[in-house]
Amino acid sequence: MPPHASPRRDLSAHDLETATVTDRPSWAPTGIDLNVPSVSRIYDYFLGGSHNFEVDREAARKAMKALPGIPKISQANRAVMRRAVRFAVDRGITQFLDIGSGIPTFGNVHEVAQAAHPGARVVYVDNDPVAIAHSRAVLQDTPDADIAAADLRDPRSILEAPETLRMLDLSRPVALMLVAVLHFLPDEDRPAEIVATLRDALAPGSVVVITHATPDHEAAPAGQSEVQAVYRRATTASLVTRTIDQLRPFFDGFEIVEPGIVHLPHWRPDTPPGDEDPAVLLGLAGVGLKP
Amino acid sequence: MTTGAPAEQAPHEGAVPGEPDNLRRFAAIWSRAVFPATATSMTRAEFETHLVPLARVLRDALAARPFDPRAAVPVGAALVAAHCTDPEALPSILGVIDAYLVLYCPPGDGVPADESRARCARLQHAVAVGFTQALRERTLAEQESISRAALAAQQEAERALAASEARFRAVFEHAAVGIGIADLDGKVVEVNDALSRMLGGESYIRRRAVGEWTHPENAPGLAALNGELLRGERDSYHVEKAYPRADGSVLWANLRVSLLHDAAGRPQYQLALLEDVTERRRLLERLRHEATHDALTGLPNRALFFERLDQALGTDGGERAIGLCYLDLDGFKAVNDSLGHAVGDRLLVAVAERLRGCLTGTGQLMARIGGDEFVALYTDPPDRAAVTALADRILAALATPVRVDGRDLTVHGSIGLVHGPAGEGAAADLLRSADITMYRAKEMGGNRYEIADPAHDARAITRHDLTNRLPVALERGEFFVEYQPLIGLRDGAVHGAEALVRWGHPVHGVLGPDRFIPLAENTGQIVPLGRWVLEQAARQAQAWAAEHTHGCGPRVNVNLSPLQLHHPDLVGEVTRVLDETGLAPEALCLEVTESALIGADPEALRPLRRIADLGVEIALDDFGTGYSNLSSLRWLPVSVLKLDRAFTRGMRRHPADPVDLKIVEGIVSLAHGLGLTVTVEGIETSTQAEHLRALGCDTGQGWYYGRPGPPERLHELHLADAG
Repeated sequence: MPPHASPRRDLSAHDLETATVTDRPSWAPTGIDLNVPSVSRIYDYFLGGSHNFEVDREAARKAMKALPGIPKISQANRAVMRRAVRFAVDRGITQFLDIGSGIPTFGNVHEVAQAAHPGARVVYVDNDPVAIAHSRAVLQDTPDADIAAADLRDPRSILEAPETLRMLDLSRPVALMLVAVLHFLPDEDRPAEIVATLRDALAPGSVVVITHATPDHEAAPAGQSEVQAVYRRATTASLVTRTIDQLRPFFDGFEIVEPGIVHLPHWRPDTPPGDEDPAVLLGLAGVGLKP
Repeated sequence: MTTGAPAEQAPHEGAVPGEPDNLRRFAAIWSRAVFPATATSMTRAEFETHLVPLARVLRDALAARPFDPRAAVPVGAALVAAHCTDPEALPSILGVIDAYLVLYCPPGDGVPADESRARCARLQHAVAVGFTQALRERTLAEQESISRAALAAQQEAERALAASEARFRAVFEHAAVGIGIADLDGKVVEVNDALSRMLGGESYIRRRAVGEWTHPENAPGLAALNGELLRGERDSYHVEKAYPRADGSVLWANLRVSLLHDAAGRPQYQLALLEDVTERRRLLERLRHEATHDALTGLPNRALFFERLDQALGTDGGERAIGLCYLDLDGFKAVNDSLGHAVGDRLLVAVAERLRGCLTGTGQLMARIGGDEFVALYTDPPDRAAVTALADRILAALATPVRVDGRDLTVHGSIGLVHGPAGEGAAADLLRSADITMYRAKEMGGNRYEIADPAHDARAITRHDLTNRLPVALERGEFFVEYQPLIGLRDGAVHGAEALVRWGHPVHGVLGPDRFIPLAENTGQIVPLGRWVLEQAARQAQAWAAEHTHGCGPRVNVNLSPLQLHHPDLVGEVTRVLDETGLAPEALCLEVTESALIGADPEALRPLRRIADLGVEIALDDFGTGYSNLSSLRWLPVSVLKLDRAFTRGMRRHPADPVDLKIVEGIVSLAHGLGLTVTVEGIETSTQAEHLRALGCDTGQGWYYGRPGPPERLHELHLADAG
């Protein structure tokens, strides 16, 4: 459930107030307002990082007060991502497109992939200018990974980004990582069509990795709705939870691999899941294979 | 196994082989306690293996001699590096060391139990120092890196914003339209180059507020629009507005004004976009001027005259009056015919200039509405005397000769004057009345004005009526042809007849050619009418020829007007008529007037020469009336001279005027010398006929022999003659 990275452009407070009042022309560059919490930096805080500011921590603390297990969900999400990358590498995939990558801290896709297969190529995609700048700094000495500034709601801009064109060979299989990002797209953004656009650009043998927030589970602690309220109020993103059935359309054109769409700890665990924090039941994971 | 220890786990396959079991057990317990508090992406087993070297450091430090607790500092730092960054992890980390390090990794016999406890405590302190230091360093490093990223992002955004602003600044500065921004008080905040250029400088613009830009040519309601905009009653407005330029001239702008709102939607500035339409307006005005003025004289033309007349008649003034002076120049046609159009045009320009000088007030307009026809419109004259005064001024203006090309030309005018209430009658009626009255003035000798008289109008036949009716009259067969015999003076026989067209007008009765041929010549209607006459005459001549079995039949003379003479298809027409009727070319004679041929160049004569080559005879009509140039007889393609009746007038009595006799004798001698025959018009008495026969004239025409009549009468004459 916790955000992996911001899928939305980081609108300033000014924009939030007036977006409906004045029609901001498309040519006007978006300003950076550090007084608005960023989902990327909130996520970093959940992971124990300090790549964040007080506004981010304040929002994160509110969410954690409502749902103390949030950091565990983040960890579980990151662990699933790691296992899925290894799954892809095991299938011979050495190209990764990680959309909504956020602030890179540790255990990122390129670290996991390149540890498993030196020379694996990774393109990160985000639309948060701070996350992009930070990624650029972190990746400046990593020739096989790069960051593209683009928005998931415009999938063609991702496929046509110079970094994508330079780093990835789309005629060969790619692992498309949509980790904790689709839950920031409400249905009116037509997320299934966006995924389909990306899918159509991928070669057979490609995989899609999706993790997503899911509604309250009977065994999971309450508090998710308060977390949603925190995101709604404090950030520019709204968090949409979806059920397993609601995630299936995202896998159209893919064959869902075993064990299907399951709660985070149950997706191909390295060790049998045991005493996990029950909060991790608020996240789902699934991997699809393009035939 | 020690009691109280957490449940054992089997050594993980990732464990270092050969490691003493106790160390591995300690690491397993440690991992179990710390893992839940870390954010590591390692698995539980990986994390446990990760802790084994750290446990070894602690074990070795515990037993080291000499004992140095600082050896445990890197252990704390390594845990932070493994993402044990939550302060909540520290009690777990230290608690396991405290409870299990001495138990699982005893330092050996050399270290007493108390000393071991004390060393363990000091190692924990060192681990805490290492953990804290590393956490602090890491936090500071991450804070710095995120701040750098934020700064970089902000700089990028600012650079993009600056680039965007620069682009739009360039659009603003270099736009072809003028752009001005003012605050809501009307104070000008910013203007672009185009606007500065349009109005004459930025400082000049800034001197005035928005509301102070007024110009007398602007409609009164214009200023109110800005108030409506500022009060929010309208979003924008779009008008054409005049502005005073810095140099005093006027700028006409296509102006669009709208409000600029702030972020909260409150109006903040007003934005004006101005397109310079001064030239466009000037062009439109010029086009309108050209459409409403006569190109030659610059006077208002017929269109503008009627527009003004309609305006004057349309006003519901009730008491208001209207005056018209319809002027036709006397003698202009003679100038045009004899001296050429170029001279005629210059004469008209000079006359127009004089006429313009006759106007004394704003209610008066002088228009040229036809070739040599002018109308003065007097809107709401104080009385009739004012209108007659205007007519007097016009006549006076024409009293002195006009000097054109070093020649003094005398032109007078005949004026039809109308004066009456504005509310009566339509424009066309008014003009017709003026026209009729003008004709009356002309009939009374010209160089005068006559005042319109409704009773007189009713009887008058107007040129307008006739002109307008000509095409219809031709279609309806209202024209017919009469024939006046041409008699051989030597044998008294009928040699032929001149075809003369008549108009059987349904209202005005039979009209002679002098009433409508000039009108047909003006409108071009002469061409179809002339063609019709030619066809009729040729058909008639052929009919005569068919009846006349011995010798040749009487020939027919047909008049050609100047316009017909220059019609490109004249030769084709004549050929076609001859072909269709079967008339022998020698039986046809075309009469052209002397004035139509004078000044004609050889090119213009070529059609006539080709007709003559067909065998058709060409007669020079009205010979001796114009500026006769005898030398032209050498090269004109004529075979007949028709002497004007003026020469025969002096021969009505006996003895005849000796001068006339001498002149006619000379002409006949000349004509015969050149191989031409001579026809004399206007023979009314036997005395005349006698004189002319004696002088050697060949053919005679006149009432003495027969008036124009239906073709049968000629037939009778001819039969009598033959008999």
